[in-house]
Amino acid sequence: MKELTYAQAICEALDEEMERDDNVVVLGEDVGFIGGNFKTTVGLLEKYGDLRVKDTPISEAGFVGMGVGMALTGVRPVVELMFADFLLVAADQVINQAAKIRYMSGGQATVPMTIRCPIGAGRSSAAQHSQSMQAMIAHFPGIKVAIPSTAQEAKGLLKTAIRDNDPVVFFEHKMEYNKKYMIDDNVEPIPFGKARIAREGKDITVVATSSMVMKSQAAAELLAKEGIECEVIDLRTIVPFDRDTVIESVKKTGKLIVADEAHERCGIGAEIAADIAEDIFYFLDAPCGRVNTPNVPLPFSPALEFPLIPSEEKIYAKVKSYFGGK
Amino acid sequence: MNVKDYSKEQLMDFYETMYKMRRFEEEVFEFYKKGMMAGLAHLYMGEEAIATGVCAALSDQDYIGSTHRGHGHLVARGADIDRMMAEILGKKTGYSGGKGGSMHIMAMDKGILGANGIVGGEIPIATGAAYTAKLKKRGQVAVSFMGDSATNEGTFHESINMAAAWKLPCIYIIENNLYGISVDIRDVTNTPDLAVRAKAYDIPGIVVDGMDVLAVYEAAKEAVARAKHGEGPTLIECKTYRWQGHHVGDPAVYRSRRSETEKEEWQARCPVTTLKSEMCKADKALEVVIQEIETKIEQEIQAAVKFAAESDYPLAEEAFTDVFA
Repeated sequence: MKELTYAQAICEALDEEMERDDNVVVLGEDVGFIGGNFKTTVGLLEKYGDLRVKDTPISEAGFVGMGVGMALTGVRPVVELMFADFLLVAADQVINQAAKIRYMSGGQATVPMTIRCPIGAGRSSAAQHSQSMQAMIAHFPGIKVAIPSTAQEAKGLLKTAIRDNDPVVFFEHKMEYNKKYMIDDNVEPIPFGKARIAREGKDITVVATSSMVMKSQAAAELLAKEGIECEVIDLRTIVPFDRDTVIESVKKTGKLIVADEAHERCGIGAEIAADIAEDIFYFLDAPCGRVNTPNVPLPFSPALEFPLIPSEEKIYAKVKSYFGGK
Repeated sequence: MNVKDYSKEQLMDFYETMYKMRRFEEEVFEFYKKGMMAGLAHLYMGEEAIATGVCAALSDQDYIGSTHRGHGHLVARGADIDRMMAEILGKKTGYSGGKGGSMHIMAMDKGILGANGIVGGEIPIATGAAYTAKLKKRGQVAVSFMGDSATNEGTFHESINMAAAWKLPCIYIIENNLYGISVDIRDVTNTPDLAVRAKAYDIPGIVVDGMDVLAVYEAAKEAVARAKHGEGPTLIECKTYRWQGHHVGDPAVYRSRRSETEKEEWQARCPVTTLKSEMCKADKALEVVIQEIETKIEQEIQAAVKFAAESDYPLAEEAFTDVFA
C-alpha cells in the first residue's frame, strides 16, 4: 500500500497506460507544461513528449473532435476537459459524433476515446464550473459513463476506460483531487458494469456515485451507532449499470436511496428507481428515495452553495426518515 | 482548361470518375421520385470536379472526411457503388447495414472517416486523422471536405487554427456552391472569397474554379506536397454550383433572387461535359474510348441499382447491434 492523492492516482493510471501502449495520447487545456489544472498530468510531457501530451488551445469542440478523428485512425486519445461543464461546448462532438459513429457506420469503426472531466460543487466556482453532468451524458446510447469514488477506484476504472473500444466519459470529483488515500501498489483495471459493495448492511441500500460514496459511508458509520445498518453500493459506472447487484441488495434490505450529486430532476436516482421497479416492487417496504442537489443552479457564495450540496448529514437525515427519525 | 498537359489515361480516369458520380446520383434521384428511397438525399451533381480532382491527388492510405453531400467523395475514393446504393435505400447490404443512409455513408477501408450530418462536424475529425498521421509519421494526409456554410461554424476556425499551429498534414476543401439550404452565402458573409480566411492562420488560401477538374487537381496536388513536406495545412476554395436544391425534395426557388439565369449559366459550365468536349477537341479518337467507358459505367450503375433494389431490408432487431446501449 502507498499513500497518494486522488489526482496522483489518476496521473499514475495515465502514466502506466501510456507506458504500456504507445497509442495512448493525452490532450486538453493545460495538460502539458503545468501538468493539468488539477495536477492530474504532472510529469507526462517530460516523459512522453509534446506529441503524446498536447496542450491545446481553448477550443473544446475542436480538440474533442480531433480526439474522435485520432480514435478513428488508431490512437487512444485521453481528452481532458478542465470542467465537466465544458462538455456542453463540445457536445456535438461527444454526443452526435463520438457516441454515434460506431452505430452509423454499421460497426465499421469504433471510437476508443476517453474524455476526463471534473464534476461537483464546493469551490465557490458558481453555476458554470460546478455542475455534475453524468445523468445528461448517460441519456445517450453509444457512450459509457464511469464515475469513480476513491483514488484506487479512479486509477483502476481509468485504465479500463482507456482500454475500452467505445467512447467513455470519465467523471472525476474535483473536491477529491487533493485528498490522500491509501491505495494498492499495483492497481489492475476494474471492469465496467460491476458495482462495488463499499459497506455491507441489512437495513437499507444506499446506491451512491463519486464522492457521495464516501459521504454515504461516513453517514453509515453514524447510523450504525444507532442500530441502522446501511449497505452502501459504489455504482462505479452508470453506463453500463449493474442492475443485479442493486436488485440483490434491495431485495435484502427492502429500502433504496440513491445518492448522486447531480440535480434531482431526470437524474440517475429516478432512472435507477424506475429501471429496477419491476424487479423490486414487492420487496420494498418504503418508497425509493433520493439525495441530490436541488433543482437550482449552483451559486457562488459559500453561504448559498454549501446548503445545496448533498452532504453526509443529508444522507444521514434521509436514511433516518425511513426509520421514524427526522 | 489545358488537357494537353495530361496523359490520356489520366484524363480518362478523371472523366470516368465524374461520369460515374453523375450517373450514380441520377439513379438516386430516380429512386426518390419512385418513392423507393426513404428520407432525403443531398445530391452532389454539378460539383463532381472537386471530389474527383482532390481525390486524384491522394494515395490509398490517405484519409478524407465527408459531408451530408458526400456521394461524390465516396465514388472518388473508389467506394463500392453497390453497397453505397444499398445504404441509400436502407438495405442490409449497405455499407452501414442501413443504419446510416445517404448522409452517413462511411467506408473505413477506403479511408473515408465518415460523411457527416452536422455541418462542420467533420472538420475536427479529419484534423484528428491528420494529427495521427503526424504522430505516427505515416506520411499520410487528411482531407476535410466542407460546404461554404461550414466555414461559419466554430469548428472551422478551431480546427484550422490547430492544424496551422502544429503543421498538421490536413487539406481543407471548401465546396462553395453558394447556398446553405436557401441562404445565399453572399448575404451572410462579408467577403466574396472564403479562402481569404487562410490569412488569419498564415496558411495558403487558394481559390480555384471548382468546375474545372484539372484546376482542382493541380491545387490539391500542391497542397498534398506541402502537407507531406511538413509545411502544414492548405485551404482551398472551389467555386461551384449544385444542380439540385439542398436535397432531392427542395425545388430551390430561392436561386432566382439574384439572377433568373443563374442555374443555366452554371450548367453551361458542367464539369463532366466540359472535360469530355475538351478531350474530344484535343483528340477526336477519344470519342470512341469515352463511349466505351460510358457503356461500361452504365453497366456498373445498372448493376448497383439492381443490387440495391433487390437486397433485403435489415431485420428490426438489427437496430440493437453495433452499439453499446
